[in-house]
Amino acid sequence: MTGQAPLSPQTTPKPDQERDPALPPVVVRIQAEDFDPAAEIEKLVAGKANIGAVVTFTGLCRDEAGRLAALELEHYPGMAEEEIGRIAQEACRRWPLDGILAIHRHGRIAPGGNIVLVVAASRHRRAAFEAAEFLMDYLKTRAPFWKKEHLKSGGAGEWVDARESDNADADRWTR
Amino acid sequence: MQIRYFAWVRERVGREAETLEVPAAVTTVSGLIDWLAERDESYASAFAERDTIRVALDHEHVEHDAPLAGAREAAFFPPMTGG
Repeated sequence: MTGQAPLSPQTTPKPDQERDPALPPVVVRIQAEDFDPAAEIEKLVAGKANIGAVVTFTGLCRDEAGRLAALELEHYPGMAEEEIGRIAQEACRRWPLDGILAIHRHGRIAPGGNIVLVVAASRHRRAAFEAAEFLMDYLKTRAPFWKKEHLKSGGAGEWVDARESDNADADRWTR
Repeated sequence: MQIRYFAWVRERVGREAETLEVPAAVTTVSGLIDWLAERDESYASAFAERDTIRVALDHEHVEHDAPLAGAREAAFFPPMTGG
């Protein structure tokens, strides 16, 4: 019916509930303000000398070949934090991580502006690469955010349609 | 029950949230959609693309056949486009 990739065969606990103390710290922030990727990396790895790999993904607002004045990002407060937290916790169970962070902005964002940041830290690169990609793929299809276009030609445009390719990207982690 | 709407579902319903007394006979998400869609034309239009609508109960994604099972909050929204 919905074609949504299941996050996990088991029901996943809410962040901060029944959390295995051996799992690394998970940082999730939903905010209107911009973020500084370099500063966030520094905070995530501070005091941990055994991290060998940090993978960072930053998602930016495109202008769609000059058509867009801005994107307006609507979100579901409360659920947005919880759902991204659940995905990050699942990443911690799948890969040996030393830290994982996701920041997602809401509100009006101009072309060139930051929308989302994902940082995964691990002893080795493979876990960091895969965990960052996993978190982004699931975030796209499961985190409750919606983009509306604001056009340069004036006025509000359309809500951005979900892409089938995003579901396929998330589905490949269930294979 | 607290009901919330997001993105174009919110625009079509014409409100962000409301508290409704859901009849006891409505026991599933699907039943709740049927009941809401009958309220007036705005709701009917919001839920017309029924299979497209995603649902969360108390902040967790559920399928349309999920039981309401005492949930305090239901949210209806289109497929997500964040990231």
